[in-house]
Amino acid sequence: MRPAVLWTSVLAVLLLFGLARLPLEKSLDTAHRAAGLRTTVLNIELREEIGQLSYAAALSGFRSLIAAFLWIEAHTAWEQTAWGRMAGLFQSVTALQPRSLVYWDLASWHMAWNASIAARENPKEPSEFLRRRAEREYHELGRDFLLRGIANNPDPHLLHERLGIMLRDKFHDRCAAADAFAAAAEKPAAPPYVKRLAAYELAACPGREREAYQKLRAIYLLGQEERMPSVISLLNQLEAQLDIPAAERLAPPAAP
Amino acid sequence: MIRRTTTIAAVTWTELVRLKVFYFLIIFALLIIGNAFFLARFSFEEEFQMLKDIALGAMSIFSSLLAILATATLLPKDIEDRTIYTVLAKPVSRTEYLLGKLMGVFLLLALAVLLMGAVFVIVLLLRTQTLLHSAQIEMAALPPAELQAALDKIRATGYDPNLLAGGIIILLKAWLLAALTMFISTFATSTIFTTITAFAAYFIGHLQATAREYWLAADTSGLFTKSGLALVSLIFPDLQAFNLVDDIVTGAAIPAAIFWQTVALGAGYIAVYTALAAAVFHQKEL
Repeated sequence: MRPAVLWTSVLAVLLLFGLARLPLEKSLDTAHRAAGLRTTVLNIELREEIGQLSYAAALSGFRSLIAAFLWIEAHTAWEQTAWGRMAGLFQSVTALQPRSLVYWDLASWHMAWNASIAARENPKEPSEFLRRRAEREYHELGRDFLLRGIANNPDPHLLHERLGIMLRDKFHDRCAAADAFAAAAEKPAAPPYVKRLAAYELAACPGREREAYQKLRAIYLLGQEERMPSVISLLNQLEAQLDIPAAERLAPPAAP
Repeated sequence: MIRRTTTIAAVTWTELVRLKVFYFLIIFALLIIGNAFFLARFSFEEEFQMLKDIALGAMSIFSSLLAILATATLLPKDIEDRTIYTVLAKPVSRTEYLLGKLMGVFLLLALAVLLMGAVFVIVLLLRTQTLLHSAQIEMAALPPAELQAALDKIRATGYDPNLLAGGIIILLKAWLLAALTMFISTFATSTIFTTITAFAAYFIGHLQATAREYWLAADTSGLFTKSGLALVSLIFPDLQAFNLVDDIVTGAAIPAAIFWQTVALGAGYIAVYTALAAAVFHQKEL
């Protein structure tokens, strides 16, 4: 066979094979995305954050490997209390591995708990106002990680639960915390204590006491296992507060 | 035909083993075991996440490198040593020779992925057992239900059966790369040309899905752009289709139907590249 004929045939086979596999590749691509695989999009901002070489490596199938190395780097930054650098590295890690709950969870915890307290107690900043502002900014950064984590992973309960804890302990927004815990409780495999947390926070949310009472009542009626001292105590409190008739009251007073 | 092909495969395997390619496994084992010790300072969730990230990433890197580098040397070395003439002077067809060479590389890659996977799983299971043991001691005072929940969480974070599917897909990708490199080496003029072209195809292959998406998008305009994107989409393999380990390490499951479709696609690529390699090699002047 003459070389020209051979190479024309090779090229024709490659193109025909390309056309033949096109529907399969397209359907496989769709199926992968529907199953939550290959959904990560690497954007230009990430290239600037992690550098050209790491970006090329991430594009070439080593995304998780680069994420692990950057996480180790973030851990080193933590040991050096370099909070700003840590925040930047967390942005890159979560962009590379948005399906990993561990990275979102710990990034938000580091920001909202460790970095915020370090900012509040920063001995180099004499201004109380500026220290408090920096603390708030880290709280918001922590919340932002959780919100983006939830947007990427709406189904697992973990990040909703963490958001509830953060809203309760750092933002002191009991109503929003109740909603976050309630969202967590609706997710599959959510532990039973999450629905109790939702009810506790709702009881502390002004104007939603009756809703909290209904939730606690439903929890109480689930059985002996759910009748924690905190549930009974709060039920007693709400029954008194809402003036529930004695005949309708459920819980005997909690033991002192 | 099968006997002749397997004989060549066995010889190729022996040649590659004599090149001491398995030394990279020592580096892999050190990387994984060293990491396991280093990562012990993190929480167990972080530790397992990173162990999986690093181990599967390293398996992917090593198997891809081995596939390209081991295959790229095969034909040029045999031509340079003139062993190819001795073999082909016997009643061995060029197709049998090529298939035998490729089977030898496939065998090497299978063993390499198997050994790397075994090191990874052993380290993962050992770390899981260590953590379970220490959790049982530290949490002994907890109510049994809570202790069981904590132990179940550690177990669930450790070994995941989907990792096996990830390992198989890594091997499939390595075989695909070996077949592609073999095809390139049938018309290449040197080992270095084969290696560079195969690596270029590797990188372009990872962007093929993006090119395809733009090619098929309604708003892509310009004949030149469309033609370029079409050529990339049709000629290069879609290597992103085999890039599932990044999601598997985060706990994503691969449904059986998707796994088998991916395997079928990989088998199709391997068959076509091998057939093309055989066709070109048949016409090659030796």
